[in-house]
Amino acid sequence: MQQTDTIQERYHRQVLLKEFGEQGQQRLAEAKVLVLGAGGLGCPALLYLAAAGVGTLGIVDFDTVSMSNLHRQVLYGTEDIGQLKVLVAERKLKAINPEINIITYPVKLDNALCLELFASYDIILDGTDNFATRYMVNDACVLLQKPLVYGAVSRFEGQVTVFAADDTAVNYRDLFPQPPLEGEVLNCAEAGVLGVLPGIIGSMQANEVIKLITGMGEVLKNQLYTYHALYNQHMILQLSVVEENRKAIPKNEEEFLNMNYEWLCGIGVEEMEIEQEQFEELMEKGELTVIDVREAGELPAISFVEHVKMPLSGLKEQLEKIDGETVVFICQSGKRSLQAAKLLAAINTRINIYSLKGGVLHWKSKIS
Amino acid sequence: MELQITIFGQLTDITGSSSIRMSAVSNTDDLLAALKQQYPALGTAKFVVAVDKKIIQENTEITANSSIALLPPFSGG
Repeated sequence: MQQTDTIQERYHRQVLLKEFGEQGQQRLAEAKVLVLGAGGLGCPALLYLAAAGVGTLGIVDFDTVSMSNLHRQVLYGTEDIGQLKVLVAERKLKAINPEINIITYPVKLDNALCLELFASYDIILDGTDNFATRYMVNDACVLLQKPLVYGAVSRFEGQVTVFAADDTAVNYRDLFPQPPLEGEVLNCAEAGVLGVLPGIIGSMQANEVIKLITGMGEVLKNQLYTYHALYNQHMILQLSVVEENRKAIPKNEEEFLNMNYEWLCGIGVEEMEIEQEQFEELMEKGELTVIDVREAGELPAISFVEHVKMPLSGLKEQLEKIDGETVVFICQSGKRSLQAAKLLAAINTRINIYSLKGGVLHWKSKIS
Repeated sequence: MELQITIFGQLTDITGSSSIRMSAVSNTDDLLAALKQQYPALGTAKFVVAVDKKIIQENTEITANSSIALLPPFSGG
């Protein structure tokens, strides 16, 4: 009885709200929310979701606390430096609200883990810090039909939206169809971020989560909220579903597991380029598929290796047909073949994919 | 007539300001061509265009009264 009184007292001020009431509190208690990243956005979101009484909070983060986190990641203090973020977060959140269940995952999120974890939560909150993970999380949520509460920050500006789980709802690929490549957009470590900014944006994400769970008010479905901290400027932009963008999303779990989101965002692609010597070694080993991606009629013809022709202009439609253990793409100078390698790498993690550096022209110059 | 364009995020590193003005054009394709001519670095930057507070993905008609915004993705968390 005494515990019930404590709970009633703890949530008294929000249960008092007629839009929220005891039913709202009950819905929060039954809800399971997974927070990805216990950083600048994750910390404030977790604080408010825990305090509000969300019944089960999952936290995914493999990182440890460092000094440069402390100006914005408000769950951590100087004495926590070097500790796993999820464990410090769990301890502090439990101290704030011992009534809730906290599950920690001190691991790096990958494709398989997305499928495994997301299935057992009602709502996913994205507080991650890189594009590869954001596209992966988006595609997993579309596939599993989980609502995704998105937030992102840079310098003085933030974005918030809700990618809802029905067919009329937009997802991240409707907002930004083309993933930026590694280094194209500066991250917080490079561009900087005002500490209070993720505090505002992460709190807004928590608010969207609470509205989704309780059914109060309206969430930012198909709307992007932008905020500029220096001028207090904000804008709500309407988003719409673009069928073309849906094609890039894996259609089933198997396709999703084969996606390489780091390659999709241009991370590690330089490792795909091989020199003539490495190519010759691969040829000796055999079991090699060589694909010429030049357009029909381009010269010189390739006579030094058995190959198939798949011009780059029509490659996208043929990607799924490509099979084998090792594939080497070839073109005139090595540029288009690298593009081809990236296209295949983004949808297939099983095949070893290479691009011949310097292309056919380089090869010819060496033997003559 | 001039169009006023709001620039978000790190795109201001390219334009030098969060608000720029351009001579009026009739659609977003023409606007993007003019912008890329004036700021060549926009040619390789990733961003989406909003016309009258709607994110657009296809060429869209604009008038002198249209509000235009260029938004880059950001990943910080």
